[in-house]
Amino acid sequence: MTILRSCLILLSGALFGTGLALSGMTNPERVLGFLDILGNWDPTLAAVMAGALLVFSVGLVFLRRRGSGWADVPLPDLSSGPVNRSLVSGSILFGAGWGLSGYCPGPAIANLGGLHPEAFVFVPAMILGAWLTQRVAGADT
Amino acid sequence: MTFSLESLLTGFIGGCLIGLGSLLGLAVSGKVPGISGVFARLLKRATPDKPWRILFLAGLIAGAFLVFCLGNPTHSVPGGRTWPVYVAGGLLVGFGTRIGGGCTSGHGVCGIGAGARDSLVATLVFMTVGAATVAAWNVIFSAS
Repeated sequence: MTILRSCLILLSGALFGTGLALSGMTNPERVLGFLDILGNWDPTLAAVMAGALLVFSVGLVFLRRRGSGWADVPLPDLSSGPVNRSLVSGSILFGAGWGLSGYCPGPAIANLGGLHPEAFVFVPAMILGAWLTQRVAGADT
Repeated sequence: MTFSLESLLTGFIGGCLIGLGSLLGLAVSGKVPGISGVFARLLKRATPDKPWRILFLAGLIAGAFLVFCLGNPTHSVPGGRTWPVYVAGGLLVGFGTRIGGGCTSGHGVCGIGAGARDSLVATLVFMTVGAATVAAWNVIFSAS
């Protein structure tokens, strides 16, 4: 990987992390407030998704028209996979963990940078969960 | 925590940065930069493209660190969520994102943003289950 490419990857991660922290998505209270639709609902997460989807989908249209990424890197396959039992059951488990903690993977890792103690409990458990799943399920996960 | 016009606006701007980071990450790496996949594939010995994954996650932590240093945004864990809850939550998120093939960024932003039907289904499922979990928590622990 060239130095320029490395810098661009670092920058893309930094944009992502800045966006998460700025938008309040690293704050479990905000995320749980969004999921609390029957209580005191906080729509902020919907505004975050709207901004992210807008920029990403418009940018992707341009990338697809161009036919490649940075310096002729081929674009990944973004077409839909099957809607099957593992997609649904995995998403159920993820949703349960998300609803318990207010943490999903991005904010969890970003919160290591905020030195928030619960992130240092959550992230090792998440790594263990992902590692165990990959051990059991094999190569395709 | 109540929302405001300000929280929606900074949320939208922050969201744009997340979308831009995802887009740039995709264009430069040639991979879908969903966070659960980016980190989980680092755990496999056979993964050939580890350097960009490490750099992307380092950037993620650094970007958040910068905001936490400069702005000191509000951060609070709502009532009763002690460390065992975060162990259970972390395990479930680790299992679920690998079995279901993505998280809020991989399915929610990249997948839906590319018009993938499976990602839309996954996002609707995990948001619904997340909402049900919060509702159940509030009933059981009679918070809010």
